Amino acid sequence: MQLVSQILFVIILVFGVGFFTKNIQKLIKYIKLGKSVDRKDQPNERFANMARVALGQSKMVKRPIAGFLHILVYVGFIIINIEVLEIVIDGIFGTHRIFSFLGGTYDVLIASFEVLALLVLVGVIVFWIRRNVIKLKRFWSKEMKGWPKNDANYILYFEMILMTLFLLMNAADYQLQMLGADHYASEAGIMGSFPISQFIVPLIDGLSVSTLIIVERAAWWLHIVGILFFLNYLYYSKHLHILLAFPNTYFAKLKPKGEIDNLEAVTNEVKLMMDPNADPFAAPEASEGEDDVPAKFGASDVQDLNWVQLLNSYTCTECGRCTSECPANQTGKKLSPRKIMMDTRDRLEEVGKNIEKNKEFKDDGKQLLGDYITNEELWACTTCNACTEACPIGIDPLSIILDMRRYLVMEQSAAPNELNIAMGNIENNGAPWPYNQMDRLNWANEN
Amino acid sequence: MAEAIKVPTMAEYMAEGKKPEVLFWVGCAGSFDDRAKKITKAFVKLLSKAGVEFAVLGTEESCTGDPAKRSGNEFLFQMQAVTNIEVLNGYEIEKIVTACPHCFNTIKNEYPELGGNYQVMHHTQFLKSLLEEGRLKVEGGKFKGKRITFHDPCYLGRANNEYEAPRDLLRKLEVELVEMRKCKSNGLCCGAGGGQMFKEPEKGNKDVNILRTEQAIETKPEVIAAGCPFCNTMMTDGVKGKDKEGQIEVMDVAEMIADADDL
Repeated sequence: MQLVSQILFVIILVFGVGFFTKNIQKLIKYIKLGKSVDRKDQPNERFANMARVALGQSKMVKRPIAGFLHILVYVGFIIINIEVLEIVIDGIFGTHRIFSFLGGTYDVLIASFEVLALLVLVGVIVFWIRRNVIKLKRFWSKEMKGWPKNDANYILYFEMILMTLFLLMNAADYQLQMLGADHYASEAGIMGSFPISQFIVPLIDGLSVSTLIIVERAAWWLHIVGILFFLNYLYYSKHLHILLAFPNTYFAKLKPKGEIDNLEAVTNEVKLMMDPNADPFAAPEASEGEDDVPAKFGASDVQDLNWVQLLNSYTCTECGRCTSECPANQTGKKLSPRKIMMDTRDRLEEVGKNIEKNKEFKDDGKQLLGDYITNEELWACTTCNACTEACPIGIDPLSIILDMRRYLVMEQSAAPNELNIAMGNIENNGAPWPYNQMDRLNWANEN
Repeated sequence: MAEAIKVPTMAEYMAEGKKPEVLFWVGCAGSFDDRAKKITKAFVKLLSKAGVEFAVLGTEESCTGDPAKRSGNEFLFQMQAVTNIEVLNGYEIEKIVTACPHCFNTIKNEYPELGGNYQVMHHTQFLKSLLEEGRLKVEGGKFKGKRITFHDPCYLGRANNEYEAPRDLLRKLEVELVEMRKCKSNGLCCGAGGGQMFKEPEKGNKDVNILRTEQAIETKPEVIAAGCPFCNTMMTDGVKGKDKEGQIEVMDVAEMIADADDL
């Protein structure tokens, strides 16, 4: 019996971790569909940024209540993983509380896991209340209907169940140890310290040893299988941020927020135009084959974005801080930076599946621009950077908005008419208004 | 004011074989917009008073390309940028000051890659440095004790992390500085950036400048201080929209300093 459960455990573990690895490989493959962008510079600053923002949660606490609760859940999640390690070893080798040789240290560890589990439980319940009872506005926006709303709640239910199972497992184990049950009790005395689950014991103290074993085993199995299931749920969920927050903050833009990259393809053309020695009738230089295709200006679909923007889309956990700070969104416009990120991810998944099915991308008559993100959303942006400042993990929705505006203007000439007039003025007389450049100094002589 | 202010151009300096200490980049709003021209003149008066040898490009100046770039017209932006850089480099400009955060951001951050490397300062930073060097004295004057709130321009604040220079200047004026609930890195945009100044807003339930003006009015200010000609226009319109014209003034920090001194 013991051997059977060990073998079963190993099979589930291998399957769970294997499936997860496969999905991560797919994730990386999809992210690599993006254009290249160099983010290898300044490794020290990048590490510091990751340590501060992802590991240190520095931007989470800008909103103190959510920030504090999030730190509880985050710290709990990381620390309790030590316990998961013990559970995995016990599962493989059929041992019971393998780390208990640590003695007093073990008691402290188990006690702190229990306290953290309770704090996580409380944190998650408050999160649920904020979402479903208080109904904070940012969790009820248009883009949060259906799957995104359910996804968020599933995650919370999951965490509640996992923490409850963990505490129940400990309670049953503690009671079994006190009853001196085989395989559970040790001659050295009680293994572990149970400051929280001791309060569950009165609920189960009438049960027989065999029933208690069933309770303990059931809780143990459901807990570990639940964790493996949760691990595999990540890829399909907004919850991927628990992993991707780290690379995302590492690769985030380090330049001043106001700086927008200069399109290199345009620089080359402009330089050619400004070069008095350039021969406008010269045949294009014979280059290496495929590069002849003229570069597309801006982005109309996910493949036109760079890989950091695609990584951003998978990292977004849909908290909505960006949208709640967005001036356009606050004044009732359609633009929501969170929706920009969600749309990008949805479309990327669609494109990725298309490529997997057809070996290469087969035109599906759809694209990110128009089918997911509308012109109206894009033109509502004031480029104020409130969204990028608000994001607790360094996501940059603004860069996607700008790349799509570039496509609209440079490939489709589809700017709103007033903007076309302003740009025409800049081109003709060097100012967005129709004033003559020769009048630029008139103010000095006016009273 | 009877006499016109003396505003030398780079061409004049060049003709004399001299170089000014700093180039004042006036910007389109500062050159053409009636409200913004007042900011330009106030700043020029302060420069003169502090004895700063400055020059403007005058008719050789052209749009930095900021509204074009942020509207998606990278091509037009780079054409503007490269043309401007040619002029600036031709005059061997090293230091630029501007009263427009959009010009400031563009020249400071986006020109270097295209060959334009200058030390660029926002006028509030420059005025602060004049104070620190003792070249300019600021006293409370008529603003002493007045309730003032400062609206952070996105392209000075969030975009370039400068929140304190304008506030330091206001403190020198001994005003009662009150902050809006959304300020500094959390500041709300006035609604003008990203090309919005030149187009009608998308459909919504309110204009951004009205929302921002409401936040400013909550602080019960006598003056809303600004550091950007576009914010100034937006907030002025917002104050009008809220029928508070008689009670609340919208002023650039430079105007306030010049005004306090009765320049």
